[in-house]
Amino acid sequence: MFKLIPRENVSPVLSLLGPLFSIGFTMFVGGILFYFLGVDPFAAIKMIFWDPLMSETFSTYSIPQIFIKGAPLILIALGLSVGFKANVWNIGAEGQYIMGAIFGASFALSLYPLESFFIFPTMVLMGILGGSLWSMIPALLKVKFNVNEILVSLMLVYVAEQLLALASLGFLRNPDGAGFPGSRNLSLYSSASNSELIMGTGIHLGVLLSLLMVVFFYVLLFRHSLGFKIKLLGNSPKASGFSGDNPNKLIFLCLTLSGSLAGLAGIMEVAGPAGQINIDFNVGYGFTAIIVAFLGRLNPIGIFFAGIVMALTYVGGELTQFMLNLPAAAIQVFQGMLLFFLLSFDLFVHYKIKLKGKK
Amino acid sequence: MDLSEINFAVLVASLIVASTPLVLAALGELIVEKSGVLNLGVEGMMIIGAVAGFIVGVETGSAYIGMIAAAVAGALLSLLFAFIILIMQANQVASGLALTIFGLGIAALMGHPYTGIKSPQISTISIPILSEIPILGTMFFQHDLIVYLSLISVLTIWYFLTRMRAGLILRSVGEDHDVAHSLGYRVITIRFLAIVFGGAMAGVGGGYLSLFRVPQWTEGMTAGAGWIALALVVFSGWRPFRLLIGAYIFGGITILQLNLQAIGVNINIAVLSMAPYLATILALVVISMSRFRGNRGAPGCLGRSFVKTI
Amino acid sequence: MKRVIKFLSASFIFAVMVLNANLAISADYKVGFIYIGPPGDHGWNYQHDVGRKAVDEAFGGKVETVFQENVPESADAERVMTQMALAGADMIFATSFGYMDPVINVAKKFPKVKFEHATGYKTADNVSTYSARFYEGRSVVGHIAGKMTKSNTIGYVASFPIPEVVRGINSAYLAAKKANPNVEFKVIWIFTWYDPAKEADAAKTLISQGADVILQHVDSSAIMTVAEEAGVYAFGQASDMSAFGPNAHLTAIINGWAPYYVEKVKQGMAGTWKGGEQTFDGIGAGMVIIGDLNDKIPASVKKEAMAIRDGIAAGTLHSFTGPINKQDGSPWLKAGETADVGTLLGMNFYVEGIEGDIPK
Repeated sequence: MFKLIPRENVSPVLSLLGPLFSIGFTMFVGGILFYFLGVDPFAAIKMIFWDPLMSETFSTYSIPQIFIKGAPLILIALGLSVGFKANVWNIGAEGQYIMGAIFGASFALSLYPLESFFIFPTMVLMGILGGSLWSMIPALLKVKFNVNEILVSLMLVYVAEQLLALASLGFLRNPDGAGFPGSRNLSLYSSASNSELIMGTGIHLGVLLSLLMVVFFYVLLFRHSLGFKIKLLGNSPKASGFSGDNPNKLIFLCLTLSGSLAGLAGIMEVAGPAGQINIDFNVGYGFTAIIVAFLGRLNPIGIFFAGIVMALTYVGGELTQFMLNLPAAAIQVFQGMLLFFLLSFDLFVHYKIKLKGKK
Repeated sequence: MDLSEINFAVLVASLIVASTPLVLAALGELIVEKSGVLNLGVEGMMIIGAVAGFIVGVETGSAYIGMIAAAVAGALLSLLFAFIILIMQANQVASGLALTIFGLGIAALMGHPYTGIKSPQISTISIPILSEIPILGTMFFQHDLIVYLSLISVLTIWYFLTRMRAGLILRSVGEDHDVAHSLGYRVITIRFLAIVFGGAMAGVGGGYLSLFRVPQWTEGMTAGAGWIALALVVFSGWRPFRLLIGAYIFGGITILQLNLQAIGVNINIAVLSMAPYLATILALVVISMSRFRGNRGAPGCLGRSFVKTI
Repeated sequence: MKRVIKFLSASFIFAVMVLNANLAISADYKVGFIYIGPPGDHGWNYQHDVGRKAVDEAFGGKVETVFQENVPESADAERVMTQMALAGADMIFATSFGYMDPVINVAKKFPKVKFEHATGYKTADNVSTYSARFYEGRSVVGHIAGKMTKSNTIGYVASFPIPEVVRGINSAYLAAKKANPNVEFKVIWIFTWYDPAKEADAAKTLISQGADVILQHVDSSAIMTVAEEAGVYAFGQASDMSAFGPNAHLTAIINGWAPYYVEKVKQGMAGTWKGGEQTFDGIGAGMVIIGDLNDKIPASVKKEAMAIRDGIAAGTLHSFTGPINKQDGSPWLKAGETADVGTLLGMNFYVEGIEGDIPK
């Protein structure tokens, strides 16, 4: 049989090859799946990964769209990756994303129709606050009572979803909206609108921030002592305690940091591309970001590329749906497979495999 | 408002039916977690069970053959999870989420031709004599086979965990896999079996939804039941009987709410729908605090990978 | 080295050229549809898809239709419609209320593409809206329900407390009350358009509380299945649902989008299509169709129901004809007066006789 020997240093080559192999494998197995669904696999794969970037018809529109779709994924995944490195599992980013949007939008809409320069920045801060407050619940429970943060953060997603329903049917419902659920459109409220930065592209502040955050997190993790402390906490909590750091403080920091970023992503989305608080406002970015964080190997630069690849599967996936009649669910299967291959490949990154000799 | 309009016997009976998928799926996850594995893919396994059960049920014309197919489908999907986390040593949290995404997608693909098709006929089994008792008979003794099966499973699993050697071994693997390994237990094999059992139970829970409770196949029909099942395991403090009671409370909230609405009481549905999740968080806090008094519910190694390096 | 680079770049350009060929939709006139759910729901989306197929058939190979299912009412809708427009769509039907703002945004970017938005209220030079007077169908259904109930209790499974749904409840109630003065309505709001499990639970609850006819304003066929099992009556919503309950299914209010879609595409091709229009049609125009009547309905009731249908179609009958009071007893319509479109579109009150409150 086989025997696993932990690698002392994670091989950087394998680390990089993992995601690439996984994408290749997913294309291959996905292609077979598409074939059985009666869709030309080559055309489908090409339409998902190539056409949004290269085709003359779509690329001028879809390239910026990939960045727009990728921005919340990248923002949330960056925050999560820090926690994951420290073995702190916030899987409730979806809830923090919703709360960021509700907090920020409630603030802005409570001032409607007042127009003033301070509304937008305060709204963004409120969004960050909403996300971080929501993540502080599992953080406090973890630190004070040692309650499992995985379960608490997950449960809070469903509480947040109900609050979202409450907001869109109740306290944030558009009074001029003919009674339909959903808030006023923030993009039509100029003081609160997260408007285009570059005309005609739809690129908004959130996209810019997602790029800046990649740089910020790179510096934080690789050029700052905090990055080292976080890694130490993840690898050996005991050693982390001996070195004089307070593990509780770090856990708290990791959770609230990821909550803040999810909140930021939420407010950027609601004031920008989504426009309004509605029952269906959240579309699973908080969960998809977990895939992105892993696909990016918990490395900020990796996360950037992973976010872009994931956004590509969405944007290209939509194309294949109406151009080739590929069912929406096939794209979901495709994403699930990608994560499976990637997680499996981790074995080779972290361990050497040796054939066991005879005893 | 007139409370007398509510038929409490029917209310209890439909509450039991509404909760049965939760009971089944959560019991499976309970065993998985007791072995030290956290499988967040319950929703994915449930929906695969729902679709596979429905397809086979329609094709064979028998809901019960459909239920067997549901169990097999759930188990098959969980095999994938078992392979990835036990053999490939992948992270359990991420693998569980991947399982959910994958399962939802596959189920939607498989079920596409089966949307809007009638389900096979099912019959309820009235227990002789007992079902004749007024009120109590309607509440408890006029159900389908699966409801009785879920109750028997609660009892069996309780007996297995507390009274049988195999149950003890399972728990010890979940408590501390290194110690269990050094005692000569086969950690990987035991966890493997636990995961497959959990998958089969989740599949049955899903099959019950599509073949008995609704009964119909629709995309995304589990609608978060898998996550409630997950919450339920925690809420119960990893105890089968509390799990059953919890499931009836969680399932009962919806049914009670509908009944109150029908007699003209307006209640805030959103607030009510949050209650199970908030209750779970509260239960978690209580469990974690009481741990200091030596009352341990959560398995010690929950969510940690076991690596045989020696 | 240079040659290698030259070769590589040449082959890259070649690859781009080959790969980029043949991307746009190829027929003369292209029409896109976006759906909020799966067309297999046998309800709202199913009927829109029936309309799409009718367009396919009516124009043969001259028109090509494409559709996308499960499009969330968010930024995704905007992107999907933009991509359709980029792919060469000449006309786009957006078939859910929540697509309203995205439609307006995309319409601004593509002034030549024609947009048709279902159930919304915002229009533009290249955006028209359409909606059906479903409440007219509910008058017919309400009459049958009032005649068929033995327990005098009619259950109503409602989705969201919006004017559209409230209008339907009022219309059905008025007709049922007229047919049977002892009738009582029990309403359950489930706050979703489509959740078979919830719909089934709500129907079971209503039946347990004595309702023997169930009306629904939610989209799945789960209620029909439950009604069949429990031996009570129900009505198909959006499409004929008799396959799910041959005994329970009394009739259905069918959404007839097909003639409208064919007409609008014809106008689009001929260049006579106009933006800024708001269509609100009912039984008369064939946008609301009463399905086949079950033989369980006595002949006399059938005749009355058909008379109501024909009266509404001919315009001699209106679902809301005074005297009607609001729930609180305050007068709404004087004798002989009919409701105006504005009040109907914003209806947020029950009529006199319905118990309970509309949730806020």
